[in-house]
Amino acid sequence: MSARREPRVDRVLAREHGLSHEEWERILAILGRTPSFPELGIFSVMWSEHCSYKSSKRHLRELPTRAAHVLQGPGENAGVVAIGDGLAVVFKIESHNHPSFIEPKQGAATGVGGILRDVFTMGARPIASMDSLRFGPLEDPRQRWLVRGVVEGIGGYGNAVGVATVGGETAFHECYRGNILVNAFNLGLVEVERIYTAQAGGVGNPVLYVGSKTGRDGIHGASLLASAEFDEKSEEKRPTVQVGDPFTEKCLIEACLEVMRGDAVVGIQDMGAAGLTSSSFEMASRAGTGIEMDLDRVPQRETGMTAYELLLSESQERMLLVVKAGREDEVRRVFERWDLDAAVVGRVTPDGRMRVRWHGETVVDIPVAPVADSAPVYDRPMREPADQRERQKLDLAALAPEEDLAGALAALLDSPNLASKRWLFRQYDQLVQGNTILRCGGDAALVRVKREDGSPTRKALALAVDCNARWCWLDPYGGTLAAVAEAARNVACTGARPLALTNCLNFGNPEKPEIMWQFAEATRGLGEAARALGTPVVSGNVSFYNETAGRPIFPTPTVAMVGLLEPWERFAVSHFPEAGLSVVLLGETREELGGSEWLAVRRGLEAGMPPSVDLDHEARLQRLLHAAVAQGALRTAHDVSDGGLAVALAECCFAGPEEQPVGVRVELAETLRAEALLFGESTGRVVTATAEPERLLALAREHGVPARAIGETGGARLVIAPAGGRAWIDAPLASLHEIWARALPRRLEVA
Amino acid sequence: MFAVLQFPGSNDDRDTVFALKSVLGAEARLVWHKEPELPAGTRAVLLPGGFSYGDYLRCGAMARFSPVMGAVRRFAEAGGLVLGICNGFQVLCEAGLLPGVLVRNRDLHFVCEFVHVRVERADTAFTSRARPGEVLRLPVKHGEGCFYAAPDELARLSARGQIWLRYVTADGRLDDAANPNGSLDHVAGVANERGNVFGLMPHPEHAVEGAIGGRDGRKLLGSLLDAVAAGAAGAR
Repeated sequence: MSARREPRVDRVLAREHGLSHEEWERILAILGRTPSFPELGIFSVMWSEHCSYKSSKRHLRELPTRAAHVLQGPGENAGVVAIGDGLAVVFKIESHNHPSFIEPKQGAATGVGGILRDVFTMGARPIASMDSLRFGPLEDPRQRWLVRGVVEGIGGYGNAVGVATVGGETAFHECYRGNILVNAFNLGLVEVERIYTAQAGGVGNPVLYVGSKTGRDGIHGASLLASAEFDEKSEEKRPTVQVGDPFTEKCLIEACLEVMRGDAVVGIQDMGAAGLTSSSFEMASRAGTGIEMDLDRVPQRETGMTAYELLLSESQERMLLVVKAGREDEVRRVFERWDLDAAVVGRVTPDGRMRVRWHGETVVDIPVAPVADSAPVYDRPMREPADQRERQKLDLAALAPEEDLAGALAALLDSPNLASKRWLFRQYDQLVQGNTILRCGGDAALVRVKREDGSPTRKALALAVDCNARWCWLDPYGGTLAAVAEAARNVACTGARPLALTNCLNFGNPEKPEIMWQFAEATRGLGEAARALGTPVVSGNVSFYNETAGRPIFPTPTVAMVGLLEPWERFAVSHFPEAGLSVVLLGETREELGGSEWLAVRRGLEAGMPPSVDLDHEARLQRLLHAAVAQGALRTAHDVSDGGLAVALAECCFAGPEEQPVGVRVELAETLRAEALLFGESTGRVVTATAEPERLLALAREHGVPARAIGETGGARLVIAPAGGRAWIDAPLASLHEIWARALPRRLEVA
Repeated sequence: MFAVLQFPGSNDDRDTVFALKSVLGAEARLVWHKEPELPAGTRAVLLPGGFSYGDYLRCGAMARFSPVMGAVRRFAEAGGLVLGICNGFQVLCEAGLLPGVLVRNRDLHFVCEFVHVRVERADTAFTSRARPGEVLRLPVKHGEGCFYAAPDELARLSARGQIWLRYVTADGRLDDAANPNGSLDHVAGVANERGNVFGLMPHPEHAVEGAIGGRDGRKLLGSLLDAVAAGAAGAR
């Protein structure tokens, strides 16, 4: 029956499955015969770019992944970092770009669902999510539809599943018009002795399938959608996008955590990209075992599914468990209590082979190791783009001076990249689980740590996600250094110490040498910054083929940083809490306008070298912030980034929506040109507010960080003046706030 | 003992127990929705926030059929104190234990914000720690929190003093801009006629710890603690 419905397997069909000529030859060599149709499907997904990292592996090997506090680096479902007292955090960021472009709501929702499963599959309770989003210009109605859908998807899933979305970043650029980015981050908490891995250990142990039934949805969804460029026919791929069910996921989280509190589970893995196939192969490969599986026992949502479909379905909210022999019923009872399907679908075998039966017939019989571990690894050719040096040219002297500095500030506050993102994040439950100290809208989120039994600790986790993609386009190496530095600085602004990072490397087609060059440069920067700041890369994801009709996105290596603050009761906020505080600027402003938002918004130019990054200074600055917050020497710390000092000061004035804004008056003594002082984006700077400026300045001296008092909080205006001169900017906060707050709603709420 | 119900899809169940037990020092425990009876010694029942059964049908529409809801109904009919927060409020409305219904927010979006509510009556088992007219700052987080009742019913609720909380500005004025979901008559919390069953959209359990959401939630949960300690029930 199966044979009649299945197509003939040959080189042509392999090509259609995205396998190259060499890869096809390799399959024939491994098997010593032509693969069956389901086997071909398995090879195609396991060797897809998305699952195998075949183009990126070589470069990723250079990243620093170890440190005393790193309990699990890349290679498992997520990274694990110890935070003391027997506790650890599990975290990862992952892309769901292509599905979200085709079907924004479900694409984004299942992105959140997938990253949650990566975290709780390791025994951790997911406690906080973030997202990093990129869209095209909002003047395009399709982009508005995409924003609305993505936000609804993230909120709809995260809210219902009961995990707070506490932070994130969103930016807009023409280059994402045909390929938006949706990167979802989640962090979970686990007791160190309760960490689970995805291993199919113990010959004879049963393999349990739990969660939703398998349907025809999402066949080749994540694996193949993410492994090819887009074209005008991409719309037709909508049926490959999976559909999320957060209610089932919520029940699955509770049921899995419940069984993992006992000792019946040997290994556990979620069924993500390539579903049942990748989960079973990965589990067997890590344990050096084999699995025999009977597809007829897989809970099915529809009738008449083929072996190929069952193996490759990417139906959501499913997990694969290996449990100790004889303990199946006890485990099954827990899932039944939560009204979830649980079925024994196979056993662990000693011979290192994957054998799959369907309707009594063996349809798959292949060795595990060559499929899982011996995927091809490519050393793809690289070439610096021909116009790279041209992009970096910027003659500041030839730039017409800004005539209207106040107008420039207003224009920047109205830029969707800098404007308030409240329209988006108010649709996310930022408070569930009752631990959110600082939520969306500041530099970093701050989340108190409560143990699984409900007892609170004095630890809090600071989380931030960053990337300035324009900088990465101008200089992938320097831009990535800056992304790591900024994420760490944001975390440090709360007073926390950065611990480790995860990243989502979004790039174009790696088969193009220019893209591969960008990728290599970015990973070089990532490695160097992570090493210098002592924040190893513990997990991550590579997303290639972010191109439509041959036009790639800007290289966008998103960096999510996790830090620890203890005791958490002392922390700094990113706004001015009251009048009468001294404002102290940490770090130095240089004449750096290359790649700035000012240059793009006011001069229509995306050019120049992005600001330089001094990693030693960044490390000193972070230590200073940590010490100053711990000693109670500062109240406010806000990173100066996009839009420069003027925008950072304005943001400090705009407190939460329900609080009264607090004004500020500053005088700048530097002799740089006004645009650079006000809107330049020199790195390594933080605006602080303190009641004890002398103490803070002394601490800064001790830490070797340049610092100077520049003004005082109070009033209802933002005033920035040159030392002793007439104000450059003197504007009422109410009108600046109105511009900043309305910029996104007024663009998004057009019918 | 406070019984905090746990439906599949409840999200704030553990937070509610935490607020009652770890912060306010009360005795509280989770009660699984399939239990046919409330535990012996139950002095008050709390229905927490979340998305019971995924809220795929209508918020709270499935949860009211859970076995434990029969016991909750009997408990309420006997005068027991029942508090529904957010999804719990929706469940109580669906179960007919509270008047009105909660529909999609005015702007059709889920909203997570800190809002201000005015305590319209402070002579009840759920609000006694507040002053009449006092403004509390509490978070809301819901997609379907727009309170609706037919005009005559709404007038009756108002006349009988069953509207205990209204959305207001920080200085206590009624204003459409301060109403996060478009609730009729700015209703944020409403009680049954007897005053022993109360539902509200804001989350007092997420406002008990100062730096984490403020402390105004204690005024409401603390009132309930006092009422239980005094053995009282309903509005005086």
